[in-house]
Amino acid sequence: MLKVEGLTGGYHDAPVVKDVSFHVVKGEVLGILGPNGSGKSTLLKIISGVLPLKAGTVKLGSKPIETYTTKELAKHMAVLPQLHAHAFSYTVRDTISLGRYPHQSGFFSSWSEKDEQAIQDAMQLTDVKMYEHVYLDQLSGGEQQRVFVAQALAQQAKVLLLDEPTNHLDIAHQQQLLDTIRMQATKNGLTIISVFHDINLASLYCDRLLLMEDGEVKIIGEPHAALKQKQLESVYKARVRSHPHPEQPKPQITLLPNLSEVQVEHIIKKDNFAVSNEYVVMQANVPLKTVSSAVVNAGFGWFRTFVNRHVKADYECDDSIKEMFDYLQEQGFSTTDTVGMMTAVQTKHVVIEEYNGTFGSIIIAVTAGVGNAVDVSKAFEREDEPYVGTINTWIIVNGKLSDEAFIQAMITATEAKTKALQNEDVRDSITNTLATGTSTDSLLVAATQKGELLPYAGPITELGKCIGRGVFECTTLAIKRYKVAKGM
Amino acid sequence: MSKTWFAYVASFFVLIAAVLVGVTVGSVSIPVQVLWNPDLDEAASNILWNIRMPRVVLAGLVGASLAIAGAAFQGLLKNPLADPYTLGVSSGASVGAVVTLFFGISVPFLGLFTLPVFSMLGAFLTMVTVMSFAKLIDRAMKMETIILTGIIFSSFLGSVISLMVSLSGEELRQIIGWLLGSVSMRGWPYVTMALPFMTIGFLLLWLNRRELNALVFGEERAMHLGVNVKRRKMMILTGGSILTGAAVSVSGTIGFVGLVVPHMTRMLWGSDHRHVLPLSFINGASLLIICDLVSRIIISPSELPIGVITAFIGAPVFAFIFWKQRRKVGA
Repeated sequence: MLKVEGLTGGYHDAPVVKDVSFHVVKGEVLGILGPNGSGKSTLLKIISGVLPLKAGTVKLGSKPIETYTTKELAKHMAVLPQLHAHAFSYTVRDTISLGRYPHQSGFFSSWSEKDEQAIQDAMQLTDVKMYEHVYLDQLSGGEQQRVFVAQALAQQAKVLLLDEPTNHLDIAHQQQLLDTIRMQATKNGLTIISVFHDINLASLYCDRLLLMEDGEVKIIGEPHAALKQKQLESVYKARVRSHPHPEQPKPQITLLPNLSEVQVEHIIKKDNFAVSNEYVVMQANVPLKTVSSAVVNAGFGWFRTFVNRHVKADYECDDSIKEMFDYLQEQGFSTTDTVGMMTAVQTKHVVIEEYNGTFGSIIIAVTAGVGNAVDVSKAFEREDEPYVGTINTWIIVNGKLSDEAFIQAMITATEAKTKALQNEDVRDSITNTLATGTSTDSLLVAATQKGELLPYAGPITELGKCIGRGVFECTTLAIKRYKVAKGM
Repeated sequence: MSKTWFAYVASFFVLIAAVLVGVTVGSVSIPVQVLWNPDLDEAASNILWNIRMPRVVLAGLVGASLAIAGAAFQGLLKNPLADPYTLGVSSGASVGAVVTLFFGISVPFLGLFTLPVFSMLGAFLTMVTVMSFAKLIDRAMKMETIILTGIIFSSFLGSVISLMVSLSGEELRQIIGWLLGSVSMRGWPYVTMALPFMTIGFLLLWLNRRELNALVFGEERAMHLGVNVKRRKMMILTGGSILTGAAVSVSGTIGFVGLVVPHMTRMLWGSDHRHVLPLSFINGASLLIICDLVSRIIISPSELPIGVITAFIGAPVFAFIFWKQRRKVGA
């Protein structure tokens, strides 16, 4: 649809944009990214014909764009500018109607049914129909921007160029606007080229990204290829980290601040734990990076308080997450800073131990109830509800863990737990085979993320050894205490 | 739609009323019936058709021309304070006219039209110079920059006129009388002299009514909407200069008409140039006819220059628009 080859140009003698080539097909959304002054907007201005080409070609369809008259070009290519203040105010309808300018001709240039249809459709799509007779300066920045999108859509051009369309918009308006534009590409086959300031929005909404550096193309490709960590760090001169978007298969970029930290020792010790009749709690001074299968605040996150709450064996609740949430709130815990688990085991039977390795130390806390022990390999034969009786294992690491280390720590801990159950000859009551766990076991790995990096936590790493031994010993002791309490 | 329809009806009504009052009221009161029945009072009919009517028609044409030129300049420059007077274009037209009178220039081919043509040339050259100079100072062409540039050029051109007036002997009275700005004692020849140019100027601007709407959003935006900016800008500048030049050449410098009328029109009926241009045209005519009437009768039997009346109304309106715009920017 649009083909750019060897494009060079800019404001003055020295070209701002040098030898840029790319090709956009029908229905594709291409995002242009780059640091300030890398020539993104200049590139867009050359493509739209505002600035002259010094070398190279821009072809729209099969013809070079300089062969189009201004009016003809506006039928094929619409441009959405950055928002500016205007001296005179028009109504929304009059503003959008201007989008029909290239389609009108003749002395009286009468308004046709097709013109009316085009602006009605545009208003519908951008959701500004209710402002039709309102003056532009009575609208907020976000609403005005939508009106200008409608104006561009009313041109019914096949190519749409956008320059930072979400500038000054809040996130709800960013989403609405970009959703609308993206739908135009997907449904109506519009070809869209947009300059973005925000890397993450570009990644979310574009099919391909063009990363510019000093007026040249650094890379062009799908978001996962264009947004490589190392590449972004060198182009933007900032520390960044890439992570997946929670819903879309697109990378998202987070910047890593360079804050000169006051070095405070944050070592978690057994003293950080407190045991009452109702719960076992661990309070850390600094947030710990945590991954867990808890009831409240499961998954990855940063938390300072960890609660393992005792509930009656017959505890039953339709919405246990909400009940636990309310409970934490009642007890004065911050629900956004606390990981909460439940157990039917008496809190006094908790086992808390500290283990030292060459890297530092870890603390393990286990509560074990094995009344509902299950052999996982036979579990498909069972048909029952989850119980509260459970083994809750916490591993607190005074160290810095990689993502891999978090996952390996969970594997290592699970294997050690299963081994402890075997050793204690805990059996699945239905199949009478050796149990591997209970039906509702929970695991939590939390790390201070200070000190040297521990990249792995498999069984033969220093960290893995501590976890394996610690979880095995603590679980064994916890099962023994449970058995004594139950008179087994 | 009904609002626009009403705007035209009301404007026409006011214009007709202004014409009727303009031709009947004065040192000699003439009954309206004389207009269609000359036999009623031959002397009165004579005054009406040979003195009052040309004066009213000329006032109307000058007012209409200045108002529509002002409206177009404002749209083109995105500047509500722009008008032939504040931009210095009127002064430029005056210089053109004074030069013609001073040197007694008469181009054979142009004949009667020499004066308006030189006026227009003066207007056009001034307009282009003011715009280029303002752009040189401030690429964004802020409202204040353009107005300041207009004032600089007005003052300069004003002194050029003063110089020529001082140097002139015989022609002095003619030039002074003309400079004060007046539509009195001009007669039908002046109407014939100005009318063709005003028609051309009006058409040039009216053909660009939709382009002006687009240009209000900036030249780049207008280009993206498909407007051939360079050509359209030239058309609007030419149209505005023709109208200003023609008006100045028959009536001298009359200020603020191009500011007050479009502003009122926008305030009442919105900024759409498809209507602002014709409505400014009609209402500009009414305003100047009424102002001329006031200038005739307020200190009767002597006359006040019409420019005094328009400035009396125009300057406060100028101040008001400036205040409003600054508040808008500040907020």
